[in-house]
Amino acid sequence: MKAKAQIVFDTLELSTLPAEDESLRAPLRALIAETVVGLAPDRRARSWQGFDAAFSRKLGANGYLGLTIPPRYGGGGRSPFARFVVVEELLAAGAPVAAHWIADRQSAPLILRFGTEAQRETFLPAICNGEALFCIGMSEPGSGSDLASVRTRAEREGEGWRVNGQKIWTTNALHSDYMIALVRTSGTPADRSAGLSQFIIDLNARGVTIRPIADLTGDQHFAEVFFDDVLLGSDALVGEEGQGWAQVNAELAFERSGPERIYSSIVLLDTWLAHLGAVGRNDEATAGLAGSLLARFMALREFSIAVTARLVAGETPLVEAALIKDLGTSFEQDVPALIGDDLAGHPDEALSADLYRTLLYTTHVAPSFSLRGGTREILRGIIARGLGIR
Amino acid sequence: MRELIDPFKRLLDEHCPPVMVREIERGADWRPAWSAIAESGFLDALVPEEMSGFGLSLTDVAPLIEAVGASAMPLPVADTMIARALLARAGQTVPDGPVVLSTGSFPTLFAVVADHFLTGDPGNLQLIPMTEAASAIPGTLDRMLACPNTGLRGIAATLRSQLIAGAVSRVLDLSIAYANDRQQFGKPIGRQQAVQQQLAVLAELAVSARICAAIGMRAGLAPSLRAAATAKIGTGIAAERVASIAHAIHGAIGISEEFDLQLLTRRLYAWRLADGSEGYWAGQLGKLVLDDRPVSALSFALAE
Repeated sequence: MKAKAQIVFDTLELSTLPAEDESLRAPLRALIAETVVGLAPDRRARSWQGFDAAFSRKLGANGYLGLTIPPRYGGGGRSPFARFVVVEELLAAGAPVAAHWIADRQSAPLILRFGTEAQRETFLPAICNGEALFCIGMSEPGSGSDLASVRTRAEREGEGWRVNGQKIWTTNALHSDYMIALVRTSGTPADRSAGLSQFIIDLNARGVTIRPIADLTGDQHFAEVFFDDVLLGSDALVGEEGQGWAQVNAELAFERSGPERIYSSIVLLDTWLAHLGAVGRNDEATAGLAGSLLARFMALREFSIAVTARLVAGETPLVEAALIKDLGTSFEQDVPALIGDDLAGHPDEALSADLYRTLLYTTHVAPSFSLRGGTREILRGIIARGLGIR
Repeated sequence: MRELIDPFKRLLDEHCPPVMVREIERGADWRPAWSAIAESGFLDALVPEEMSGFGLSLTDVAPLIEAVGASAMPLPVADTMIARALLARAGQTVPDGPVVLSTGSFPTLFAVVADHFLTGDPGNLQLIPMTEAASAIPGTLDRMLACPNTGLRGIAATLRSQLIAGAVSRVLDLSIAYANDRQQFGKPIGRQQAVQQQLAVLAELAVSARICAAIGMRAGLAPSLRAAATAKIGTGIAAERVASIAHAIHGAIGISEEFDLQLLTRRLYAWRLADGSEGYWAGQLGKLVLDDRPVSALSFALAE
């Protein structure tokens, strides 16, 4: 058991972003500025919930999507460090990245790793151009944290498959072209992770119904998706039949390890720092709060770069990704709580409506930071298992 | 580095096992243990090769300092490594015997078991013999040195960070072993989800402390305010919370004298307070942030 704890300790070392990847920042910043210049901070605070298909296509045209995908499929052929730099710049600026977000982060690596040659040739170039938008079908009405209990079912139909069931809380389903869905192909929910498979489902197919769900801010980023006798060709299966669970777990390491797990409240933090400068507040208590938040941010960023280095080394850092996600989302949730107390602790100080709206938006969505991509409690269970707790 | 770490750990185990740690804390003669460590040559790990040291960087030496932290060593081995490197580089005489770094009025750790204290700043080091006049604090190995000079606080804080990272990783190992071993309600307590969640948080803090300490070590013997503050804030928070969680997991045995956990957690609390707590360093870093007025948190992070 000691040996297992040691694995995490020995592999996570500080790393440095290579100069050739750092050099991506300046030209990318110029491109981002064209789009975000007119956006109020509470719009920028939406970040990876902000949808702008034209912006995603522009990023694709300029080579900023599919950075880790091989050039023969239209990608950049670069390392995860390059992707880290690009994602960090996009999130720090509050650029609207939702349109390409899931395709670029999860679907492309999944298809590259597990897909057939035909699937790679069909989907990867389109993802790299920002023209194929993907969503992920995991949660169902009865399957949240207990993902292995999914009931949506694909049954053999001639050469292909017939799908029936329902997904829910599917981010960006309404705007997406395709869903990669985790469904049951054999057995029953009692068989748990055995008998699950992943399919690429064309959301324009007959029998697919998508209903948006409004969240507490009024945004409609997620949806419920119904499958009513949806017919799929044999080429819709991704990877091996019955291996869906292992594939999903590999995919979740990508979903959990990125810099987005420390940047969700960054627009609020930056807007608050600008506010302090504008009102000229620099007393000791304010300095203490600013210093504490910046120190945590800088440490988490180094942590995230260290995890990225494990991806560069070709590993699937599941436990490390759970560690950084739990620490990162705690920081993201502390930011609106602490800044809210700070601003309301100075009730006689001038406050812009923009900053107030940014504070409210971030405060309202903050609980979701430790729900999406695996809840805090589930992640801590993964970490405990990684420690060798029997 | 493996070829250095293993002999160094054996050295610490042999000359300062937990029974010796307790005896030295009760006032036993510490000179034999110190002589054995001094004779090994490790105290000059950071001294340049042309001055007959090992010529290693602080990042190279970090695993050794981590081992000192994990061993609950009651002697200023790591302080002396830093002091010898600073003195040698400044062309000053390097004394025999243990040296502690002193950076303010707050008690200086292990000053009772040191021959000198080093203060001043890297450009103007002051090596001062430990006089009996400097009052020892009863029941501790610490002294009030009332040192007015804070110039070494950055390097001292990064050193404490690395010691904390070492002790925390040992506390994690002890806690995992205990949770797997201790039975309650007919099964190991580690099977309880509430305990698993606590252990997971402990592990997060341990890895975080290790990253933060490495940020400090990477900045070398004269770390920037940014690096020292990031290191000490992260490890200070981790030290306090890790100690609390480990004691919660261990129950009553953890606060008994005979169980080794207390040797480590007492040091975690002490190192958290030494050379500026997380609150002190947050204030210092925050002043820099508010003066710099960076356009974003990212631009501040990239400016290092």
